[in-house]
Amino acid sequence: MRILYFAWVRERIGKTEEAIEPPAGVATVGDLMAWLAERGEEYAYAFEHPNTIRAAIDQKHVRPDAAIAGAREIAFFPPMTGG
Amino acid sequence: MATIRLQQEDFDAAAETAALTRGRTDIGALVTFTGICRGGDSGERIAAMTLEHYPGMAEAEIARHVAEAESRWPLAGVTVIHRYGRLVPGGNIVLVVTAAKHRGDAFAAAEFLMDYLKTRAPFWKQEERAGATAWVAATEADDAAAERWVAQPASRDAAE
Repeated sequence: MRILYFAWVRERIGKTEEAIEPPAGVATVGDLMAWLAERGEEYAYAFEHPNTIRAAIDQKHVRPDAAIAGAREIAFFPPMTGG
Repeated sequence: MATIRLQQEDFDAAAETAALTRGRTDIGALVTFTGICRGGDSGERIAAMTLEHYPGMAEAEIARHVAEAESRWPLAGVTVIHRYGRLVPGGNIVLVVTAAKHRGDAFAAAEFLMDYLKTRAPFWKQEERAGATAWVAATEADDAAAERWVAQPASRDAAE
């Protein structure tokens, strides 16, 4: 699946997007954040406070308990500050 | 009939309202809101503000909120334009135009759309001051402003 990062999540990880295939035990958005945080110190820094990170699956907002099965695109970003 | 655009270039609010009302005789109320980049409220002045967005989702999310506004209030037209990229103080950021038969619906829909744009549309502001950049933090006041629409039914439902 395609993972996208925006704003300071993107800056901390140092990339805008990547393709990953998480293992079977990673079932939810929250699981995915915990799994990504183990991938290196830049990921650990980005996801150090997972409750401050927002997520979207296939361009729709989701909560951390949302299932990731079948997702094509998952995005992680800080709370939005548009308008 | 809604117009939704994301663009780097500036917009002309007068031209957009003229385009929305041209040839129409069913519109009795038109509300125009323009969000403008401030130069900083205290301390170091802001040199520029850069708006990052999530292409694709930003358009989709705005369209979802416009559809919800159209289901809550009897609107005759909606225009939402949100800029992205680097803006300087005094520059336009966002335009919301709502048209209806009566002002109450146009005012309410415009405020609803702005409250949701600030908290749900995937945009992030970064401020530039004297060469240093910092991401703008989301505010609880903006969250509270959006939250009140969850509890509050549309005016016409309450009147029925």
